[in-house]
Amino acid sequence: MHLNFQMTDDILIASAVGELDHHSAGTVRTEIDETMDAFQCRHLIFDFEKVTFMDSSGIGVVLGRYNKVTKKGGRVFLASCSEFVEKILYMAGIFSIVDKQKNVEDAICLLNGQKQMEMEVSASGE
Amino acid sequence: MKLQFSARAENEAFARSAAAAFVACLDPTIEELTEIKTGVSEAVSNSIIHGYGENPNEMVTLECRIRAGGKVVITVRDEGVGIEDVEKAREPMFTTGKTEERSGMGFTVMESFMDKVEVVSRTGEGTAVTMTKQLDISYGL
Ligand SMILES: Nc1ncnc2c1ncn2[C@@H]1O[C@H](COP(=O)(O)OP(=O)(O)OP(=O)(O)O)[C@@H](O)[C@H]1O
Ligand SMILES: [Mg+2]
Repeated sequence: MHLNFQMTDDILIASAVGELDHHSAGTVRTEIDETMDAFQCRHLIFDFEKVTFMDSSGIGVVLGRYNKVTKKGGRVFLASCSEFVEKILYMAGIFSIVDKQKNVEDAICLLNGQKQMEMEVSASGE
Repeated sequence: MKLQFSARAENEAFARSAAAAFVACLDPTIEELTEIKTGVSEAVSNSIIHGYGENPNEMVTLECRIRAGGKVVITVRDEGVGIEDVEKAREPMFTTGKTEERSGMGFTVMESFMDKVEVVSRTGEGTAVTMTKQLDISYGL
């Protein structure tokens, strides 16, 4: 498995390609964490479109990132999950805490919409 | 089919691919193949992580059998630390994994993708997980 990273503002998009299991989970974890820290990203979007296999190790990876990102006030999104990946994440109840979006664009839209609202709230508060 | 391999994480992909290749002659659906691969991946990584603490000098055994009517029986065996309380270990979210991010969902995933999951384990002796799955083969065969 390898990861492709993309950034827009304070959003990191991590596109995973290949098989996510216990073996690959280690590098996925550290690569995402290090990139988030290095570029001071606040939000994280997992792009799972090109994930060809995933077992319960993937649940740990998503939950672990969720805990880290939300601790710093960010949000985590899952985008483009296959039916199969979704099934496994669903078993663990992931979607009750992590938002699922059809694709990366929708997730970015939602985050930007939220930012817009935050700005309006702070503007009207002044 | 019987396969023995060292308890290294790299071998997880090898083990599940071997199982998939073995059952391919039954002409399974993509879905059935993915479910079998996932079950094998869960059991094998448990042996490597929990059974052996990723000690590459230890060996994991994978056995696959095909029974009449397209029934697949897969056993993953280790001679590792064993499980103290199997019933508890099988509960969703139960995990003893501390150093890594384990979710305790491995057994739950195996149970939902395979028809039957049997666990025989003894502390200090090891663990054998046997998973059974009836493939939906057409009657013409
Ligand atoms: N082969 C084994 N040898 C020893 N202990 C095991 C073995 N398989 C499972 N266990 C025990 O059962 C527990 C539950 O296993 P399960 O696969 O459901 O979750 P996990 O491996 O902890 O987490 P996950 O699979 O979600 O990453 C493990 O934490 C471990 O304590
Ligand atoms: Mg497990």
